[in-house]
Amino acid sequence: MSERPLVVETVRIVDPSRKLDAVGTIIVDNGVIAAAGPGALNQGRPDGAMVIDGTGLTALPGLVDARVFIGEPGGEHRETIASASRAAAAGGVTSILTMPDTDPVIDDVAIAEFVMRTARDTALVNVFPAAALTKGLRGKEMTEIGLLTDAGVKAFTEGRKTLADPALMRRIMTYARDFGAVVMHETQDAALAGGGVMNEGLYASWLGLPGIPGEAEIIPLERDLRLAALTGCRYHAAKISLGESAAVVAAAKRRGLSVTAGVSINHLSLNENDVGQYRTYFRLSPPLRREEDRLAMVEALADGTVDIIVSSHDPQDADDKRRPFAEAEAGAIGLETLLPAALRLYHSGTVPLMRLVEAMTSAPAALLGLDRGTLKPGAPADLALVDLDRPFVFTEDLICSRSKNSAFENARFAGQVLRTIVAGRTVFEAAR
Amino acid sequence: MTAPAPSLPSRRRHLIGIAGLSPQDITELLDLAEAEVAVSRQVEKKKSVLKGRTQINLFFEASTRTQASFELAGKRLGADVMNMSVASSSVKKGETLIDTAMTLNAMRPDLLVVRHHSAGAVALLAQKVACSVVSAGDGAHEHPTQALLDALTIRRHKGRIATLIVAICGDVLHSRVARSNIILLNVLGAEVRVVAPSTLLPSGIEQMGVKVFRRMDEGLKGADVVMMLRLQRERMEGAFVPSVREYFRYFGLDATKLAYAKPDALVMHPGPMNRGVEIASEIADGPMSVIEEQVEMGVAVRMAVIEHLIGVSAGGNT
Repeated sequence: MSERPLVVETVRIVDPSRKLDAVGTIIVDNGVIAAAGPGALNQGRPDGAMVIDGTGLTALPGLVDARVFIGEPGGEHRETIASASRAAAAGGVTSILTMPDTDPVIDDVAIAEFVMRTARDTALVNVFPAAALTKGLRGKEMTEIGLLTDAGVKAFTEGRKTLADPALMRRIMTYARDFGAVVMHETQDAALAGGGVMNEGLYASWLGLPGIPGEAEIIPLERDLRLAALTGCRYHAAKISLGESAAVVAAAKRRGLSVTAGVSINHLSLNENDVGQYRTYFRLSPPLRREEDRLAMVEALADGTVDIIVSSHDPQDADDKRRPFAEAEAGAIGLETLLPAALRLYHSGTVPLMRLVEAMTSAPAALLGLDRGTLKPGAPADLALVDLDRPFVFTEDLICSRSKNSAFENARFAGQVLRTIVAGRTVFEAAR
Repeated sequence: MTAPAPSLPSRRRHLIGIAGLSPQDITELLDLAEAEVAVSRQVEKKKSVLKGRTQINLFFEASTRTQASFELAGKRLGADVMNMSVASSSVKKGETLIDTAMTLNAMRPDLLVVRHHSAGAVALLAQKVACSVVSAGDGAHEHPTQALLDALTIRRHKGRIATLIVAICGDVLHSRVARSNIILLNVLGAEVRVVAPSTLLPSGIEQMGVKVFRRMDEGLKGADVVMMLRLQRERMEGAFVPSVREYFRYFGLDATKLAYAKPDALVMHPGPMNRGVEIASEIADGPMSVIEEQVEMGVAVRMAVIEHLIGVSAGGNT
């Protein structure tokens, strides 16, 4: 790392890891934060430093996105590790946890190492592969949780799938506990969801689309939380979407269980009515819920019941989206819009900036055991320089992801990432 | 093509659903359909308003009756009608709906009549083609010409739709016929009831502009029209109801249950019927049944819809 030292002056520094919100200076040297705070310039600028005037800008720790679906290996036409990393950089995201439902599935050390190697060679941001809970995501045999953890895997998940077998889930959680591994699980009971394609209710009924009841999410979630109590496993509810799910997570936390929860930015921003007349970019899993549920998720984020926000970035080929709603693939890209969409909650006064940034930086970093998501001296210099008020329209030509299936196409935002820095190196710079 | 002006059916390009139609739109279509009934009853059944126009019937889901009805409607208006057989087409070879639409569009038809097993598919296809599109049913969403032909049949017998009590009975959950009828009958001011076991009712049905009943005797009490829905075979054997005999016992239309309706009530069914499942044979063939007349009105209504969409707009209303 022989980058020039970097100094960002008179910038507003928002660093939830230290509860710091103050105007000051950030000094980056050798790819790490040398100093960041109001008094940072006391030591003077390093020789030969590049100096950026941060007036009017806000420096955030680079975002840590704990739920990113990528097509590599096996679906490179949708997204490669490199293209996802470009999208991440454009969104101020400097670390991503990639999901194991690739082809082949990331379920053993060799494939996890392939991802880490490919990322090292091609990615602009830090890439951490999550591994499957079961071999081939078949829901039968557990993966080598110990060997994978030693190889650097930070979390285990079935990706889009929910493990149906409660006995196997219990054994995996018990085994994972011994290695201190995090089990992340999206919960949707496949049988109860049936052929459903959107939230069950009046709107789906008028559209003639089969619905997914909220109970399909809550029943396996409650099962998992009971197993977390039984096993003592470090459990993370990966993507909850209902007020009632937040309530059962809150109850589990009150019992002192080692439990956390995440919500996708989509479920904080959109509701079932956004499906409109069969708009397939709004076909998501879990489905977009009622407005009451969206508001409950925002509240759960604000009060800390929900710990982290994820993009749930899920690139899909245009051909897989330009189909009748029930035949289209679920999922939307989101790395580039995670921060701008989240900032809507700050601008509306709903969630304080410190809490919002925490949920995308220090909280996911703590969950995954990463030394990221912070501007503490000595930490890797991953940061985003943001103009919190700068308006922009997210048009298709801005999209860096290889797939264009954004649920925020043509959305108006206030808050644009102007520069993203990973380990002291600028990996993205917006046109000013 | 024509600019969209929602209140004038003659300026509409597509008929995808009943939703969005005004009472005037519907009444105009029904009035035109009345005139088409007369055409079909003549010895010489052919008009020439659509001479030289091309109509393609694109059915992704088999339906002998509806396809035949649309074919006759087009031919009686003078159009050249082609039926696309999906079973032998490239659609089965993995071609997407959009590709199929683009291919057919390149053949420059004036009208596509589309049935698809997926809700929203007809609207999606309509966005991609330059010609008019009529839905012949999309998934569990809408079946607009069925609702129009039902309304025409009712109006010819009762002289009006407003204030009539119409009981829609059976598998509302999976029925596009039910949805289109609920919308249309509400627009024209009828009292709409649905009668079904709760496993065959969609979520939120109470907010869909209907009164909900789970017993036939209560739901049919005082009804002017009893509209039966088809129960698909795969839903009969334990998935949604326990058995055919139990379903017929509680929800099949027989003389005892029909006696709760008004003495001059109409019995309707969109066909094809499952005799002995949702309806007893003696009722289907009995004096109160207008089921065959519905089939006749189907041709007339489809003639009216087609003539409205392309007979006028292609004639210079551009």
